[in-house]
Amino acid sequence: MSRTGTLRIRRPWRLAAEASALVVAVIVAFPLYWMVLSAFKPAGEIQSTEARPWTLNPSLDSFRRVFEQQEFGRYFLNSLFVASVVVVASALIAFLAATAVTRFKFKFRTTLLIMFLVAQMVPIEALTIPLFFLMRDAGQLNTLWSLILPHIAFSLPFAIWMLRGFVKAVPEALEEAAYIDGASRTRFLWQILFPLVFPGLVATSVFSFISTWNDFLFAKSFIISDTSQSTLPMALLVFFKPDENDWGGIMAGSTVMTVPVLIFFVLVQRRLVSGLGGAVKD
Amino acid sequence: MTHQATAAGPAAVSPKTAPAPAGKRPGKRSGRRGGRWTPWLYLAPAIVVLAGLLVYPIYQLGLISFLEYTQAQVSGGEPTTFKGLDNYRTLFSDSQFWQVLLATVGFAAACVVSTLAVGCALAVLLTRIRALPRLALMMAALGAWATPAITGSTVWVFLFDPDYGPVNRLLGLGDHSWTYGRYSAFALVLFEVVWCSFPFVMVTVYAGIKAIPSEVLEAASLDGASQWRIWRSITAPMLRPILVVVTIQSIIWDFKVFTQIYVMTNGGGIAGQNLVLNVYAYQKAFASSQYSLGSAIGIVMLLILLAVTLVYLRLLRRQGEEL
Repeated sequence: MSRTGTLRIRRPWRLAAEASALVVAVIVAFPLYWMVLSAFKPAGEIQSTEARPWTLNPSLDSFRRVFEQQEFGRYFLNSLFVASVVVVASALIAFLAATAVTRFKFKFRTTLLIMFLVAQMVPIEALTIPLFFLMRDAGQLNTLWSLILPHIAFSLPFAIWMLRGFVKAVPEALEEAAYIDGASRTRFLWQILFPLVFPGLVATSVFSFISTWNDFLFAKSFIISDTSQSTLPMALLVFFKPDENDWGGIMAGSTVMTVPVLIFFVLVQRRLVSGLGGAVKD
Repeated sequence: MTHQATAAGPAAVSPKTAPAPAGKRPGKRSGRRGGRWTPWLYLAPAIVVLAGLLVYPIYQLGLISFLEYTQAQVSGGEPTTFKGLDNYRTLFSDSQFWQVLLATVGFAAACVVSTLAVGCALAVLLTRIRALPRLALMMAALGAWATPAITGSTVWVFLFDPDYGPVNRLLGLGDHSWTYGRYSAFALVLFEVVWCSFPFVMVTVYAGIKAIPSEVLEAASLDGASQWRIWRSITAPMLRPILVVVTIQSIIWDFKVFTQIYVMTNGGGIAGQNLVLNVYAYQKAFASSQYSLGSAIGIVMLLILLAVTLVYLRLLRRQGEEL
């Protein structure tokens, strides 16, 4: 893979390029490092004007405060539940829809595709107002469903659009062969197409997971009185105080919230990059 | 992250030269057993969800923007009255609205340009280095990409904190407050936005560069083309479709920035100096209970993004993209 890039580049230039890449990598990684570091710093060191980039006495005080003062564990599980339901539901629905628009020809197909594209542009924050009334009328305010349902809807258009490439990449001949061998449409769909498209589903699910896990506007607007249904972002904001922010608590909470996403990303990283690449190249 | 939209790259050449398998039996696809209703069956769940939770709320948003809808109607049981374009008239005669609109456009433009510049530069850099430093940069970028907007915001605010942040120490700025001034607060948010959105551009453009067949590049350099010439005549034209996608995608994201502004400037900055449309609409609706004005702002945003989308669709069409 380095053939194209490195072939014609003279050595000192390459070394300079590599050095600058490492510097950039350090700068980019620094905020995350600082977050984790501050989460482990004892209170005295955080509220110090020296701001040292290391600590000699790591402590779990901030984490303890986060988990004790707030029902943080519960919020964590709430967040996880909401994100998992959204990921699974939107992946399945998007898979079916992507199959329909790539492997069939029917009236309004192009219209539908354009609508899926346009739907991605809708500023979901603007829809908070009507969704609030919708959830109120459906009696879903203060429940996790008020977060799950809108997020399924908002992650669908992009997921469908992205999965299209993966479904398209499965050769027609395979489908023909399956039917000749007597497979039913349903059997082809779930036992042949689904496993082949699975890497694409993983890449897509990263985005629905993140947008759901991230969301704090809906959590803030729809979970208004029942704090047992809160999700992580809301819990994080509690540590912002008008007079003096509890930075240790904020950083510990942020770490707890970021780590699952990081793990998820690292796990699917290869698929994500190749998935995007594949989708882009297709 | 759109995808696909990018066909025209090098890979798109092959379907045209190779005989397409689908083309072999025209008309057979649609006629396959019981095929007529199957696509609609597959689409049904998606259509139901989108109709109920996306299309209907958009309709509601439009409706509310024409009504008088405040606390009195929401919980006071007063009847809603139709006010026509009154809400829009109120909005357009409010100088704060125009100021916020201008700030939104300027801020989004600055974010898009910076994100693209950083992302593309690093993508090119990635192709020039060996595997180990490339992995380091990729991992760091993935980390930034994966960070939730809200924790990214809290961390960046802390980094630039006047009392305890390392940045001011490093730059010797004393207790200079970044969130106090309008432009420095916007700059701080911009740093965070670029930090968390350049990885998408970098990874996508890098994948695009890798997709250019090495034979073409080698042939060009054997013919004596300079690096600059190769970039201008081969790489850039082949990357154009990908650049269109990442640009449009960035415009859409950066125009809708909400969490970063809300968290980093504490709900829109001192006296609302850092408001962008999204936060403005939210504040109008949920902080001052003027739901109809908030909805009208939402409709304005919707129309602007729709215009961007139409430009996008035109560009795709021009590239001969088949939907």
